Amino acid sequence: MIALPANPWQVMMTTIRDIVPETPGVQTYALTFDDAAARYSFLPGQFNMLYLPGVGESAISVSSDPGDTTKLRHTVRAVGNVTRAMEKLRPGDKLGVRGPFGTAWPVDEFRGKDVVVVAGGLGLAPLRPAIYHLIRHRADYGRVTLLYGARSPTDLLNETEYEAWRAGGIDVQPIVNVAPESWRGAVGFVTAPLATVPLDPTRTGVFTCGPDVMMRFVAEGAVNRGVPANRVFVSLERNMNCAVGLCGHCQFGPTFVCKDGPVLPFDRVRQLMLVENF
Amino acid sequence: MIGTAPGAYSWLPKSALQGLFDRLRELGYEVVGPRVADGAVTLGEITSLAELPAGVRDEQEPGKYRLTVIEGGGYFDHVVGPHSLKPFLFPPRTTVLQVLRVRDSWVAHTPEPPRPKRAVIGVRSCDLHALAIQDRVFLGGPHRDPEYAARREGLFLVAVNCGRSAATCFCVSMDTGPAVTGGADLILTELPDGFVVRVGTEGGGNVLAGLDCRECTPAELAEAESVPKRAASQQTRRLNPATVHDTLMNNLQHPRWDDAAKRCLSCANCTMVCPTCFCSTVNEVTDLAGEQTTRERVWESCFNEEHSWTGSGAVHPTTKTRYRQWLTHKLATWIDQFGSSGCVGCGRCITWCPVGIDLTEEVAAMEGSRE
Repeated sequence: MIALPANPWQVMMTTIRDIVPETPGVQTYALTFDDAAARYSFLPGQFNMLYLPGVGESAISVSSDPGDTTKLRHTVRAVGNVTRAMEKLRPGDKLGVRGPFGTAWPVDEFRGKDVVVVAGGLGLAPLRPAIYHLIRHRADYGRVTLLYGARSPTDLLNETEYEAWRAGGIDVQPIVNVAPESWRGAVGFVTAPLATVPLDPTRTGVFTCGPDVMMRFVAEGAVNRGVPANRVFVSLERNMNCAVGLCGHCQFGPTFVCKDGPVLPFDRVRQLMLVENF
Repeated sequence: MIGTAPGAYSWLPKSALQGLFDRLRELGYEVVGPRVADGAVTLGEITSLAELPAGVRDEQEPGKYRLTVIEGGGYFDHVVGPHSLKPFLFPPRTTVLQVLRVRDSWVAHTPEPPRPKRAVIGVRSCDLHALAIQDRVFLGGPHRDPEYAARREGLFLVAVNCGRSAATCFCVSMDTGPAVTGGADLILTELPDGFVVRVGTEGGGNVLAGLDCRECTPAELAEAESVPKRAASQQTRRLNPATVHDTLMNNLQHPRWDDAAKRCLSCANCTMVCPTCFCSTVNEVTDLAGEQTTRERVWESCFNEEHSWTGSGAVHPTTKTRYRQWLTHKLATWIDQFGSSGCVGCGRCITWCPVGIDLTEEVAAMEGSRE
């Protein structure tokens, strides 16, 4: 396990190595630690607090390969104070990091079994480390499927990597809500392929991340296919401030999303996810 | 020779109470106690008996707090004011990180938290229970709060058994008072001529040893026992801690939430005076040149819209959803998280609510009718 810092507020400084534009308003920041001796590792699905001095912090899932921490990547939509200020940064600029925090996709629990990954929009970013992990340890798993829904083809994240992922043994199935005539792929909601994809409910884990409503339908869809609700995992988004369960912002019923989550078994949150604005 | 082992009782004459202040100050403690300020009994540094609110009684009702003075009354006739132990351990404003620009980068360091030696006199049973709850929040998880831990170490507590209840008190139903059962170094029960002092800890015994005490008479002990019983008998409000969890969690769509939201101003007063509410947020405070940044942690409240802000909007965008978050957390999901209710029945949220919303009434309304 990763040792906890004595003081949860301590920040490690990093340098931005490159910034890759993804979809409109979304960029991926690759960071390296300034302290070469920094021993940082993370589990797929965990998040960091990214810190811009004078502006503030934002909770962002790590979206890179957990097997390679020489460049730590975060895929960020510019939507709040901090992320909009980050948008103005250039390679060479500094960012602070606290982390990693939170729970991980239970990749070990499904060793020897099948995994269906269901992502919506930017929800692919927190799942990407799990995809890299599954590819890296491909022989340890049975069938691995990625169902990825986005609004339109231009909203598909990491499109250039899908071929490599397929070559790595993952059945990648993108689907978009609206498409121009040039689009040759599937059109509709990501719940549609989930209803028909080959799936043995006795040996399958489902990992899903996206907007709350999408995750609810995906998780219920998986349950309808016979997958037990405790083998369906969602990654919740809530306001994060301290990231260590002390500030109260991220509470969702009995759950502190920052330390009990963000990755949670669906049976634990199923009832409360039905209550609007809870 | 008086008993100074935990559990021992002695008699401290009223005239000797000043000795307790002096002894604590000799031992290096800042002495904090109740005094009248801004029309309320609040906690602050005091050096002498004369500063205690002798004869002051607080009349409390939903949305109402008034002081009256009774000639010849006791030092601790008041009940609880807007302050609790919370600000002394979890300050309303504190620095968690300091960041300096050095050439093209930043150097960040976490300041060493202060370790004050502080004695608080007059702490009530409800607030001792609240302290135990905050200990679980700030020290019981995988990440300990460094500031809270540092301030907790040097805390010396002189508790007082309540001799009266305010109309807003309901500690009896929460099993958190009014009699002090533990968690303090010394426990006082005020009688007309002096105090029955019970030793709570070894440290408390050491402080007591230097004071002008004698053994208690059986009559004094018997009278002291009746003091918190008198306070208990005055309480009319109640919650049922055995059923409140399910009452709320099975009624998340109850129309009473809309009703409460029509009255609630979302002002956050209840969360500020609550001795267990622990929400905070960190603000960036920078100098004009942008060379220095201080990350300040300040009290926050689930009644503020920005509290639940995410990239896709506020999770709790309305007063109804914020009031529901507060009450369900306080009375229900707190039990799931920490093994006890987040409420100690002190009644502060009722008194200090500007529109007098009474959580015991809100729960009762949902108890009586299922959604």
